[in-house]
Amino acid sequence: MITLAQLLTLSGILFSLSVAGIFLNRKNVILLLMCVELLLLAANFNFIAFSRYLGDIHGQVFVFFVLTVAAAESAIGLAILVVLFRERRTINVEDLNTLRG
Amino acid sequence: MLVEILFYVFGTILVASAFGLIVARNPVYSALLLVLCFVTSAAIWLLIEAEFLAIVLVLVYVGAVMVLFLFVVMMLDIDLVELRAGFTRFAWLGWITALAVIFEIVGVVWARGGLGVDATKSPSGLPADYSNTLELGRVLYTKYVYPFELAAVLLLVAIVAAISLTMRSRPGHKVQDISKQVAVRAADRIRIVKMDAEKRS
Repeated sequence: MITLAQLLTLSGILFSLSVAGIFLNRKNVILLLMCVELLLLAANFNFIAFSRYLGDIHGQVFVFFVLTVAAAESAIGLAILVVLFRERRTINVEDLNTLRG
Repeated sequence: MLVEILFYVFGTILVASAFGLIVARNPVYSALLLVLCFVTSAAIWLLIEAEFLAIVLVLVYVGAVMVLFLFVVMMLDIDLVELRAGFTRFAWLGWITALAVIFEIVGVVWARGGLGVDATKSPSGLPADYSNTLELGRVLYTKYVYPFELAAVLLLVAIVAAISLTMRSRPGHKVQDISKQVAVRAADRIRIVKMDAEKRS
């Protein structure tokens, strides 16, 4: 059978790959959003693994809520992205310097 | 044993597609590889008997969110060359961070007693008539009923926000305004002019 350590290792690898993805694709907003989705998936892996191995269903309820919030987040993020592209004709993060940040 | 082999196969696919996602040249490939990631994760969740969430992951993520992502990726006309410029500039920092995170997590997990639970044991087997959906629904509709409804409201707000952000009225766009049509009066449209009759020449 699969052990808890194997699952946590897999989710750790997934998490760190998505962190590396945020470093690599730091100019492309679409890929940044995708990497955030992958990061949330890695977090959900931990919730489900602990829920299953401690015999506690509440962890899976949390995954349910995380999925809801992540879906809302990506919908609004993509809407903002479309509006941004319509205004500026670019999705390069380096060009978004109106706030001088 | 079979479960373990399947876990390793799916885990390899998952890590490989996640790696492909972050280094792919084309965002369309990235989106499709993310779909592969989600489907493989759903398979692994099925292996550890979290059936309801596995199905929800496929339905909600692959069915809705990723289709939205693909729509947006294909709709926007983006200059890939410019976005790829300087790709390797901070790559070393990214890989060092990733390796540090992997090392820390794996070190903590595989150290005995580091988690307060024995991480190397397998879960207790579930009885044959155990229903994951039933158990999840039982707590979701009793203990978590208010958070559940809040989540529903959150999704509604997200729909309204997304639509109101992207909706626009173009100039020269012909639309029918029903209330304006109904409220119109004869006096607004025609003007009756009183004038004397002209003499026949």
